[in-house]
Amino acid sequence: MVPFIILRNQFSNRIAQLQKFVIALWPLKLNACKQLFFKIYPLFFHKISIPIWFIMIWECLIRILQLPNYILPTPFEVLYSLINHAGLIASQTLPTLAEILFGLFFGIVLGVAIALSMCLFRTLHAFLLPLLLASQALPVFAIAPLLVLWFGYGITAKIITTTFMLFFPITNNFLDGLKQTPESYLNIAEIMNSNRWQVLYQIRIPAALPNLASGIRLATAMAPLGAIIGEWVGSNQGLGFLLLNANAQMQIDLMFAVLVIIFFLGIFLYFLVDTLLNLALPWTLLKSA
Amino acid sequence: MLKSPAVLVSNASLHYQDKILFDQLNFHLAAGQTTCLLGMSGIGKSRFLQLIAGLNSMSAPVVTTCDQKGLAGRLAYMPQTHALLPWLTILDNVVLGYRLRRDNKPYIQAQELLHQLGLNDAINKYPAQLSGGMQQRAMLARVLLEKRPIVLMDEPFSALDTLTRYHLQELTANALKDHTVLLVTHDPLEALRLGHHIAIMSGEPAKINFINCDLADLPPRSLNNPKLLQWQIKLLSMLQELK
Repeated sequence: MVPFIILRNQFSNRIAQLQKFVIALWPLKLNACKQLFFKIYPLFFHKISIPIWFIMIWECLIRILQLPNYILPTPFEVLYSLINHAGLIASQTLPTLAEILFGLFFGIVLGVAIALSMCLFRTLHAFLLPLLLASQALPVFAIAPLLVLWFGYGITAKIITTTFMLFFPITNNFLDGLKQTPESYLNIAEIMNSNRWQVLYQIRIPAALPNLASGIRLATAMAPLGAIIGEWVGSNQGLGFLLLNANAQMQIDLMFAVLVIIFFLGIFLYFLVDTLLNLALPWTLLKSA
Repeated sequence: MLKSPAVLVSNASLHYQDKILFDQLNFHLAAGQTTCLLGMSGIGKSRFLQLIAGLNSMSAPVVTTCDQKGLAGRLAYMPQTHALLPWLTILDNVVLGYRLRRDNKPYIQAQELLHQLGLNDAINKYPAQLSGGMQQRAMLARVLLEKRPIVLMDEPFSALDTLTRYHLQELTANALKDHTVLLVTHDPLEALRLGHHIAIMSGEPAKINFINCDLADLPPRSLNNPKLLQWQIKLLSMLQELK
């Protein structure tokens, strides 16, 4: 009997050890799982994985709802069409890009000029403000046909449409900045015997530059919209024209391909302008101590 | 050498949000000497400084100089905060007056001054990259570089550590020798070190009373003087009574 008792004791010891081991290890294992989870799950929300999610949901929707490809083409079909029509799309992107860039440029110039003149001359301020508000109350869609009538199907009408849409956020933001120059800066300039023009040039305009920058960012985000509205109303080239044509001919995959290009164009333009603005105004990125 | 005139303030009145800060106030700054103004915070010291600087356009001109030439172009003013322009580097901020007047910018002098003030590394930085004390030193450099005969300073050393403050008080006093200076401060010891005259602002509406300390030596005074430390205690108790 004695060996049996010893054996049993040994066995129960082993079980106890195993239990201890498992108990000791269990939270550790859980921890490892946790760590793995914490390492992996940010990847699901990474800026690169979000479009992948988007595409997967898109594909799944088509599979589940059994949508025909003339309602919603699959991501693969869109990619295929993008490659197939690469030449066409590229040739139509150029005029649109030119319209966007010229519109943005003239919008900034016009917006800055209006804001500066409104800030400098009180009478002009009173005269221009209702005019500005009226210009924004009229939808661009309503004016665009007139512009096409006056300036023809060419690029000019689209540039004017885009400029017309973009100058207002720039004027509005810049004027706000020009009106809100901190009192203390103006006091310093007054005591230092600065004349009015130097105060404007060296104090009020630089102090308003961050506002101007946010106006330009807003305008950049809106710029593709202006150009495409212009093209929708009447044109013989451009991405808007291609979009309309593809829609009319039920080439939904081509339409989606154009939308993808517009999307990336907008994003690329925004990040380009944002980067340039940050480079031009480095002090705005500094956190004050 | 610049001739620094005496400055007279007569019958100054100022209202601020239904509160009378001061009414029919008379005050003077002795020519070529430093006057230190002590007082509780919120009593209107900074407003009074701004009034002398002519920044309160609401009030009628009540400030005159003894040589009748007026204050325009002869005054430098160092505000408490928000005086450095965030888009200019420290060096450009220091020569701001010359920039605004489109004069030749004295960059070499400015660099020397910044060097003396211990801001060597900050010359090409933006104000937001500096600590509060460093920003204050940069403002001080700007005021000193303006080379105006009348200087108004609003708590110029408040954000500095004790050692730097001690050093800069001496530097400022030497740089502003024979200038007409009004220095607003909370610190009785600072006033005793730097002031030819010491005044206390108190009450509502505020009155300003000069304190006759009759300290023999000239500022910047050394802290070894036992009389100076006695006066510090007296001033502290005076300020406490006013509270």
